[in-house]
Amino acid sequence: MIIGLTYDIIRWEEKSIIEEANKLGHKITPIFTKDFYFSSDEYQLATMDVVLQRNTSHARAFSTSTILEGLEYKVINDARTLVNCENKLVTMSLLSKHKIPIPKTAVAFSKEKALEVAGKIGYPTIIKPVEGSWGRMVAKADNDDYLRSYMEYQDYTTLPLRNIYFIQEFVKKPDRDIRIFVIGDEVPVGIYRTNTKNWRTNTALGAVAEPLKIDEELQDLAIKVKDIIGGFFLGIDVFEDPERGYLVDEVNGVPEFKNTVRVNKFNVSEYLIKKVEEWIRK
Amino acid sequence: MVTLKCPICGGNVEVEDNALPGEIIEHECGAQLEVFNDNGRLSLRLAETVGEDWGE
Repeated sequence: MIIGLTYDIIRWEEKSIIEEANKLGHKITPIFTKDFYFSSDEYQLATMDVVLQRNTSHARAFSTSTILEGLEYKVINDARTLVNCENKLVTMSLLSKHKIPIPKTAVAFSKEKALEVAGKIGYPTIIKPVEGSWGRMVAKADNDDYLRSYMEYQDYTTLPLRNIYFIQEFVKKPDRDIRIFVIGDEVPVGIYRTNTKNWRTNTALGAVAEPLKIDEELQDLAIKVKDIIGGFFLGIDVFEDPERGYLVDEVNGVPEFKNTVRVNKFNVSEYLIKKVEEWIRK
Repeated sequence: MVTLKCPICGGNVEVEDNALPGEIIEHECGAQLEVFNDNGRLSLRLAETVGEDWGE
C-alpha cells in the first residue's frame, strides 16, 4: 500500500505513523504542505492508495483534504469530516440533531443575547471560540460581568468567527475528562485526562493521561458519534456528568495520540494502518 | 548527519540525513528552526509560531 501523509509539522505522531508504515512494509509518500501547490492547469501527484491527513493547522488540513479529494484520492479524514469536527457550532448542531448527549450549548450573535441565554443556562458558563484548539481562550464566566469581558476580548482577537458567542454550561465533571479514539469501526483505546489544578483537561494544558477501560456504553456512543460526524480516525472528548452520565464535548479530526500510546502501551499508528489497509482492500 | 547553518545565529546545526521537511529543531541559540527543501537540498528557516488554528 502506498500511503500519502500530508502534514505541516513532523510531530511525534507523524514520526510514529511513518515508522509503523515502514515496519508493515508500506511505502510512505510525505506531502509537506508548504512544498505543495495546486493548479487547475497542471497537476501531478504520485500514485497513492490513501492519504492520511495530519496537518496541525485546521486551514491547511481542510484545504489539502479538499484538494486531494478533488483529485480522487481517498483521504482520512475527508474535508467534510474536518469541518464537522473543527467548527464546534457544526459539531454540536449535528450531535444535538441526532440526540447525542452534549453539554447545554447556546450560540448567540450579539452580546445581549449571549448574556440572556447564559443566564438561562446558569452560571458558571463556558465561552469558547467556535473554532479553537488546545483549550486556548476557553474561559469560565462566573457571572454577567466576566462573560461580558470575555466576549469583549474575543471581539478583539483575529479569530474568523469572533462575533459568534459559543456558550456552554459548566459541567460538574470530576477533575478529568475522557478521550476515546475511533479507528475505522472500532473503539480500541482511550485515556482519562486528569487535571487537579485546572478545570480545562486538555493535555496541552498539563492534564495527566491515564489508561481508560472502555465500557460498552462509551463504545456505542463513540460509534454513534462517528456515524454522525463521519471520518475514519477520530478523537472524541467526553465528560462524565454525575447525573446525566456521558456527554460528548468535542470531536477531533486530526487527533494527537502520543500520551495515549505511552500510558496504554497501545500502538495507535500500527492499528490505524492495519485498519486502513482492510478498508482499502474491501 | 548533515551540517547546516542556523539562519539566526549562523552557528552549525547537525541534522539527520533523512530529516523530512517540516521537522522542528531547537538550536542552542534559542531559535526554533524548521527543516525545509531548498531547491533539492535540506536547509533551515525560522519555524512558524503556533497559529491560532493549530491543534486539536
